Parts: sequence; structure tokens; C-alpha cells
Amino acid sequence: MSNPARADAAGPTKAASSAPLLDVTGLSVLLQVNGASRAVLRDVSFTVARGEAVGLVGESGAGKTMTARAIGRLLPRGAQVRGTIRFDGSEVGALSGADLRRYRSRVAMIFQDPRVHINPVRRVGDFLTEALRTNLGVPPAQARRRAVDVLAQVGIEDGLRRLRQYPHQMSGGMLQRVMIAAALLTGPRLLLADEPTTALDTTTQAEVMTILDGLRREFGLAMLFITHDLDLAAAICDRTVVMYAGQVVEVRASALLHTDPLHPYTAALAAARPDITRTVHRLPAIPGRPLSAFETPPDECAFASRCTCTRDVCRTAVPGLAELDGGLSRCIRAHELRGQLQAAPDA
Amino acid sequence: MPDTSSVPVLEAAGLRKQFDDLVAVDDVSFRLRPGRSLAIVGESGAGKTTIARMVVGLERPSSGTITACGHDRSRPPRSARDRRRRGREVQIVFQDPYTSLDPRQSAEAAIDEVLRLHHGWPAGRRRARVDELTGLVGLDTRQSRALPRSLSGGQRQRVAIARALAAQPAVLILDEAVAALDVSIQAQVLNLLADIRDQTRVSYILISHDLAVVRQIADETLVLHLGTVVERGPTARVLDDPQHPCTQRLRASVPGPGWKPRRQGSQ
Amino acid sequence: MSAVPLASEASPPGRALALLRATGPAGIASAIVLAVAAFAAVIGPLLAPYDPNLPNLALAWVGPVGGHLLGYDFEGRDVLSRLLAGAQTAMLGPLAVVMISVPGGTLIAVTAAWCRGASDAVISSGLNVLFAFPGILLALLAAAVFGAGLPAAVLALSAAYTPYVARVLRGAVLKERSQPYVAALEVQGAPATLICLRHLVPNIAPLIAAQATILFGYAMVDLAAISFLGLGVQPPTANWGVMISENQVGLLEGYPLPALTAGACIVVVVIAVNVLGERLFDQAQDARR
Repeated sequence: MSNPARADAAGPTKAASSAPLLDVTGLSVLLQVNGASRAVLRDVSFTVARGEAVGLVGESGAGKTMTARAIGRLLPRGAQVRGTIRFDGSEVGALSGADLRRYRSRVAMIFQDPRVHINPVRRVGDFLTEALRTNLGVPPAQARRRAVDVLAQVGIEDGLRRLRQYPHQMSGGMLQRVMIAAALLTGPRLLLADEPTTALDTTTQAEVMTILDGLRREFGLAMLFITHDLDLAAAICDRTVVMYAGQVVEVRASALLHTDPLHPYTAALAAARPDITRTVHRLPAIPGRPLSAFETPPDECAFASRCTCTRDVCRTAVPGLAELDGGLSRCIRAHELRGQLQAAPDA
Repeated sequence: MPDTSSVPVLEAAGLRKQFDDLVAVDDVSFRLRPGRSLAIVGESGAGKTTIARMVVGLERPSSGTITACGHDRSRPPRSARDRRRRGREVQIVFQDPYTSLDPRQSAEAAIDEVLRLHHGWPAGRRRARVDELTGLVGLDTRQSRALPRSLSGGQRQRVAIARALAAQPAVLILDEAVAALDVSIQAQVLNLLADIRDQTRVSYILISHDLAVVRQIADETLVLHLGTVVERGPTARVLDDPQHPCTQRLRASVPGPGWKPRRQGSQ
Repeated sequence: MSAVPLASEASPPGRALALLRATGPAGIASAIVLAVAAFAAVIGPLLAPYDPNLPNLALAWVGPVGGHLLGYDFEGRDVLSRLLAGAQTAMLGPLAVVMISVPGGTLIAVTAAWCRGASDAVISSGLNVLFAFPGILLALLAAAVFGAGLPAAVLALSAAYTPYVARVLRGAVLKERSQPYVAALEVQGAPATLICLRHLVPNIAPLIAAQATILFGYAMVDLAAISFLGLGVQPPTANWGVMISENQVGLLEGYPLPALTAGACIVVVVIAVNVLGERLFDQAQDARR
């Protein structure tokens, strides 16, 4: 039973283990808000192969963080989940107890704001070694040694001193590197990075991304990289999944995202960004504002109200995710619009 | 008002700010002419926001002078009248749309309050001006009357801009004013700022870490590093041909076509 | 994150009702109890079936009989009538304490939080010193200086509670003051009084309301204790605390009703006030999103 959403990058198929490491199929999530059920994800499907970096891009309400939370089994209570998430063949939703703990050591999350996710009154060393000691039963001294090693790998020398420090004694960039180190300590196969550099300086972002990218390649880790920055995703990830209003609207090889997008939203998003190499009189802005899944009617294209290419056919039904030139697009007019959506000017 | 473009509308000379033993800003000088826009860029901790706060009066310079519209504002205002006059010279829009509006005030009420503060106009005239301003920033009637919690981030920033413009300032400081916005909304607000500049001849000081936004909005750029100016010049030149290693590092850190994360070398 | 429900610009009474509804069934029940007590405080003496101050020793300690639902007290006065009459002083005293200490504490808190720096340090130290004096102690002092009676007790308790209110509110005002919208108003050139009165205080109003409600409960207990000790309301004026004191002998002699019912009134009102106050506090915290 192959996942129709699995798309290969433009190039040779991956040999060896062709089964994807992460396989999300038809994921729909409803949250309970003030007694009412609200859809936040609709039929989300994509795969991450072993050792592959996949970007997840979108604006507010797109459902990027919700997707990561669903994968990480961190959804709020009362959330209704439909569809399947398979990690290394096992159904994630069915895990519990020891299996679930083992799963958590194999799928590591890195969050946006490190200060929110680290206990400020405990030392960094305690934080780093906690998962090792509790989930994997590693003796404290050995755990500390491994912590020092992994700190060196993220570019933090004098690890022993750093282990004894408190979070407030470290800068944002350094703390984020500590988070990455913590994520790597348990020997994960998949990294879920949720906007890990958004709160950082541009130069710090570049440093942290360099470390993350380097380590990922070195250990052959797969990564799902969530960001609102299309350029950043394109730089780090082999493939990019573009989300809008709780749905996947495009899956494309990152290299082709700017030059040959398959969905009007992707093209519009890329075009709306100012260009660092030139000034334009006015930016081509998308009218309206980004919507959440529950704000869009369930029987038409979610982007129809803001799209410049809308026709009657777009409002008759929700378009399905269809294959096109090695990528996927949820635009019902994708074939027609091929080649006309190009946003980026020629280099 | 005659456009004497050679007379700077804002001038800072030898600005310095010291907090205990930390020197946040050291010997910073710049000039801003009417209708022009200046960007101040640099890493966090470089002193950009401290400069903005000094210019707008929220922080007092340890030494140096700031002159706006010909009036010195290096020392605290001496009277309520002084304070209000300064409010009509330089205004600011902050980064976080979720805390820069009074949660109990609608846009109309907030703008009206500013008008009442600065002018002794009758209600009718104020009403007209409120409508003019909300129209200028693209807010419809519902949005102007709604409380901030019913508005999205982009809409709140529009309110903040309208409120700042109500005082008809000569200089508007945008302290990372679009950083917290979605890309598509950011584009709308950037276009709005360009429209406003065309219509009112206001001068912008843009504090931003996002160099693409800087390119789009600012004529000139100042690069700060650890409180001092390391490079300055026309934005296009500074970004296309950076001279100082700090500027080069900044420029090289921006993701774009063909960019790959590389270690940039130590400071 | 981008849901934008329309918020109605309700009038203040509408907003208050909505706030009340949000406190849940317990909060609403407490509000009803308090409304009844307030009603009794206002027209209690008129509702009393019998004269609350007319003694008749022949009827002392007689249990419930005929129209006297709660019997007679130690001086032969109708207990129910005395409870209704006593509601007045029992409720007015705490109300007065709250109306002095809450505005006073708010003023101090706002001043300290607005000025920050040295002024704040001085004010905070002063508050800490005042904390050393518990209300009852100050009441004893006031009784010694001004003579026993409700006004002295009220003033003493107000002096004791004001630093408490100031301390609690100062933190909230500081937090509010550091918000960018306050800076925006300063940059506009708005005077400090306008910012404090029109923006800072209204934004912490739910918290102030919650504090005031809880303080009412504390004041009621303290005043009842002071009256019990003979330093507050003087007999024969009806007052729940005084009634406990007057009739305490009956507790041991098999005539518990007068003292117990008076005590029960105090307990019920204080519980209601605490429950409502806590709910309001929770609402205030939730609203600070």
C-alpha cells in the first residue's frame, strides 16, 4: 500500500530502504475550543525518507506546528486525530508506555524559543542528561561524558563548565545549540525542528543552521524543518512541503520551488518577499490574510478567496493532491498554469 | 510647509549610552533629511533599539546630542507642552502588535485620544481626521471600532501606525515593526509604509535585522556593531558591496538562491 | 491563531454581567448570597418582624416558638430580628474598610510602579515596615487612643490593609507599565496622570475587583473579632460579632442558637466573598492574555 503522496526529488529514486522513515497519510486534526470542534489540519499527507531533509513551510494557521505536534504525540487533550502517522513502520498513534518512550528517543524535537522549553532553575547539565538517565537508564557519570561530547559537536567547547551553568547565563544562540545537543543525545533517527532559528539573529541563525545541517549529514538523520522562510527551507532541505489553511498545497524539490512552482500560493508567497538585491516600487502582496483550516469552507479550494487565478471550477470541490512533474499540487488548474506561476526573476 | 531638503529633520551627534559598566552605544552620529529613510542594522545587542529609545525619549543619552525639527531633545522635557511637542516631532511603532495597543481601546478611541492630546479640535473635526487616518492605513469600519483582541497581527500594526501618524510626526521610527508579521501581511504593510511616505513626506528610521526589508524601504543604511557605526552609505551599496567584515558577515548570512549554510568565521 | 471573532463593545453593566456569568455556578451562587446579605444590610431593620433592641428577660434563651423562628437571645430579644438588624453594621464595616484601603493601596501601588527606581524602593520599604503591624494590634491601639467603636476599628483595619493591597497591586502595575503601549503613550507626550488613570488602572481593574472582594471577607472576620473583643461595635447595637460575644454563654448551657446563627451568617458571607473573589481573580488572570 504505497502512499500516493510520496514524491521523489527530480533525480534517481532512492535505493536501499525505500520505505519512508516517516509516513503521514490523510492526517486530519480537530481541536476542542470553547466546546466547539475546530478543524486545524485537513488531509495532510507527506513522507520523509531516511536521511532526508524535508521543509514544512507556511504562514499563520497553516498547521505546521500542529503537524509537528501530531507527529510528536504532543497534541492537547481532546484533540481528535484521523489518518495515520507511521514511523519506521509502526503506527505512532497506537504507541504507549515503554514503546512511546522509545519513540520519543528516536524522534527529537527542537522548538523555537529555547528559554520556554528549558527549566530555568536547573543546570544545563541536568537538562541534557535527564533523558539519558530516565528514558535510557544510562549511569550519571557516563551521561555527563556523552553530554560533553555532544556539546563539542555543536561547537560548544569547555563543555564541563557549560554543564554547570544555568540557562540565563547563555545567549539565545548558544541555548539553541544546547537544545540541538539535547536532541542528538538520545540517538534519534528523525529531527523535528519547529522554527528553531526564528528567534535568532541572522548571523546566529546561519551558525546554528550550519551546525544543524552538518550534524544531520554526519549522522544521516532525517529532518522535518518547519519554517515560514521559504528561502531558508530551500537552502537546507531537499524537498519542501508548502501548507496553507491546514492542508498540504504543494510538495516540490526545493531547487524548483522558486523557478517552477506548482501552486499559485507558493508562487505568491515567494513573490511577496522583498528581494535583497533590488528595490521594487510595490511588492506584489496577496490580498486578505492567511486563514486557518476552520476559517475556510470545506467544499472549495482553501486559497480560492485570495488567489489571482481563481475560476469557477476552483469553488466546486476541494482539489485533491495530484502528481505533476515529480511534485505534488493541490491546484485544480496546475497543469494549465504550468510555467506561468514563476515568481522569481531570472538570475 | 516648504521642503528645505538640505535641513535635516533629525540629527544625532556623538550619541553615547552607558548602563553601569556596559557601553551600549558609543559615538553614533547620523542625519536624516525630510522624506528620506534610514535603516539601522546589526546583530542583537548592537545597540539599535537603544538608539531608537534615545531618539524617541524613552532613554536618556549619557552624552551626545539629538536634534529633531531644530529642537534639542538630549535632555528630558521640561514641561507637559515640551513633551507633547516632542510627540509631534518623532513617533515610534513597536515590534509586537500584541502588546503595543491598550487592550481596552478600539483603534478609533486610541487615535482620538492622541488627537485630543495634541489639538483642541471639536469632536466633528477629530472624527473626520480619525476616519482619514484609518482609511490611510486600510482599516474598515468594523476594524476601527473593534477591540485589539478581535484584530490580527497585521491589523494591529496598522492601528499602531495610524496612532503614530495621528500626531503628524516628521520622523517615524519603525522598530522591527514588520518582523512579527506573516510574509504576505508583511508585504501589505511594507507597501502601506511606502504609500504613506509618498503621501505625507514622513521620514522613516527603520530598525531591522531583515536586510531584504531594509533594501525595500531604506535609502541609507547604518551598520552597527557593539554600539559603534562600522559602515554607512546608500543601502544598495552597503548590501551589494559591503566593506566592513561585520557587514560582510551579515550579508553572507542571509538565505537566498544558491545560499548554503557555512561557517562564517569567528568575530 | 488567526481567528478573529467580533468582540462586542458592551456597556460597563453588560461587561460586569458577562464577567459574573463567566465565574461559573459557584461564583453566581456566591454573588446571590452577597446580594441577599447586602439587601438585608440596607433594609434589614425594616424587615425585622420584631424590635431587635427590646429586651425582655422573661423570654431569655427561649427556643424557636410561634413567629420567632430562631428563638430569643440572652436578653429575650428575637434572634432573627437581631440578625437582620445586625447585618447593617456587619456589612457596612467591611465595606468602609475596603473603600478606604483599596483606593489607597491602588494609589500607592501606581505611584511606586510608575516612578520606579528610588521612589519605588522607598515606598516598598515603607510598606514592608507597615506589614509588621497586624490589624488587630492596630485596632487595640486605635481603641486605646480614640475609644472603642466602629469608626476607630474601621480606620485601624484600613491602615493595616492598605499596604497589603499596595503590595499585591504593585506587581501587576509594574507588569502593565512595562508594556509597549504605555511607552507609546509616553512617546505621544501624554501626562503620567492620564496614562495611570485612563490606561494602567482600568487594565488591572479585574484584579482590583478580585482583591477588594477577598479583602471584604478578611475585614468582616477581623471586625467581628474586634467587636467580639468589645472594641468595635458596642452593645446593645446589633452586630453579628457582638451577638457571638453576648450569647457565648448559651453555647455551653444548651442554648446554642443565638451565637451559632450569628457565627453562621459571618461564615456564609465570608465563604461567598472568598469564592466570588477567587473566581474573579481567575477571570482577571485569564484575561491577561
